[in-house]
Amino acid sequence: MNLRRLPLTREIGLGVLVYLYVPVVVLIVYSFNANRTATVWTEFSLDWYRKILANPSIREATWNSLVLAAAAGIGSTLLALAAALGTKTRFRGRGLVEAVLNAPLILPEVVVAVATLMLFVAIGVELGMAAMIPAHIAFCIPFAFLPIKARLDGMNPSLEEAAQDLYANRLITFRRVTLPLLWPGILAGFTLAFVTSLDDFLTSFFLSGPGSTTLPVYIFSAIRAGITPEINAISTIMLIVSVALVVTSFLFGRMRR
Amino acid sequence: MSGTAPLRRAGLVGPALVTVLVLVGVPLCIMVWVSLLGRGTTIGVDWQSVPSLANYARLIWEEDFDGTLLFNPTYLSILWRSVWQAAATTAICVLVGLPVALWMASLPRGLRNVVILLVTIPFWTNLLVRNYAWLIILREDGAVSWAVNALWPFGPVQLLYNDTAILIGLVYSFLPFMILPLYAVFEKFDWRLLEAAYDLGANRWRALRRVIIPLAMPGIIAGSMLVFIPSLGSFVTAALLGGGKSMMMGNLIQMQFGQSRNWPFGAAISVVLLALMMLVLMGIALWKKRAEQST
Repeated sequence: MNLRRLPLTREIGLGVLVYLYVPVVVLIVYSFNANRTATVWTEFSLDWYRKILANPSIREATWNSLVLAAAAGIGSTLLALAAALGTKTRFRGRGLVEAVLNAPLILPEVVVAVATLMLFVAIGVELGMAAMIPAHIAFCIPFAFLPIKARLDGMNPSLEEAAQDLYANRLITFRRVTLPLLWPGILAGFTLAFVTSLDDFLTSFFLSGPGSTTLPVYIFSAIRAGITPEINAISTIMLIVSVALVVTSFLFGRMRR
Repeated sequence: MSGTAPLRRAGLVGPALVTVLVLVGVPLCIMVWVSLLGRGTTIGVDWQSVPSLANYARLIWEEDFDGTLLFNPTYLSILWRSVWQAAATTAICVLVGLPVALWMASLPRGLRNVVILLVTIPFWTNLLVRNYAWLIILREDGAVSWAVNALWPFGPVQLLYNDTAILIGLVYSFLPFMILPLYAVFEKFDWRLLEAAYDLGANRWRALRRVIIPLAMPGIIAGSMLVFIPSLGSFVTAALLGGGKSMMMGNLIQMQFGQSRNWPFGAAISVVLLALMMLVLMGIALWKKRAEQST
């Protein structure tokens, strides 16, 4: 008898994996169905993909999402990199600083989104990209911060010390030693921030203006208007892009130099 | 060098800290202020109105034509639904997550990493899309609906747009948040303790209750926090699977900023949501303290 294996745990475990993946698989399968009534399978077809590629509002929403995710990813990674370097050594209040930086992880997104909406309306920021980019940067900071921080904590401090012993100044030490060692963490952080922004629905829902709809906001309003196979096709593309990016980020995180 | 270090540190940490404070901290303060104001005519708030607690009172009472206050359970029932949905989601996630995490810890290393990845991936995929997938499955002309209605003898069953559909969606959305911290505990678990329990004549049920669950407590606590908090503040699940009838607090807040255009009331509900969340966090901290003392 294997003592570690308790009865039923394997059955429940496999059942949960099925539960986690079946709905997504059903969604993907239906996106390749030729029939419009999403319940009856007729034959394999790429029609819905052709349709969404030809749809100008989907193309525009995709472009907006990519621009937003790139801006939020770059902005939050730069801020998080600086913050991670600044919190490397112990100081009074470091715990509080890190708690503030990670606060967007725990605060309910709907609350932060409507609060930001009120701020922007109060100070006269026009809704749209100009409102979404700063808001996305703010909530992406912890996603970029945590992997960079983890990499930095795992770094051997004697390498930097050795560089300084060899008369490298602070800038050269950073460029030639710290940055190359930190690079996998930075890439992992950027990718996670990018995915988080790309997948975000709520914040964009409240802050997008006319003409700046993102893909998740487009999907939500399309679902509200009625379920169509086109939604299955866009959703499938979104799923595949996120999974590909997250796997990339894991590979970055494991990279060794 | 030591004199310039704090300055350099401030220069490095400052930009990120200011960004979060200005874009998250300041808005939350504005929100508390707006929750005390009256609703406006052009935009959702009248900045000049006299502060009062009227928006909070509206959650409980409504004013009659002649000004008498009548008890109004509409909003309280939505608050209550949010709390019990989040609690039920957490309980189901513990019951299901515990055996799954135990199973994962018993797997050989290679297979275990694959399963960890499989449990982690949903965490990073689009929440909206994952809830939409359930909409397809549970809809009236879907296969599941057809099967349930074929087997259920007492008239047609509506699977969508009710509390059960929301619960299914919430568990689906947040189950990985429970499995992963529990697995982190069992990964470091000393299995000899379990052997000792069996040697001392404990049956499996007793070993589970007296050995496994007490040792899994840190994971259960961490997981409960990670599941309860986002469930309480969720929006997408009830918006898609609850229809218009079954609302949660997040949907009520959105409504005030959408159709109803009553920002102060929406702000007041948001403040209540934050306060509930703080209460839960404090409760969990207490629970954690007690669990640490008892072991």
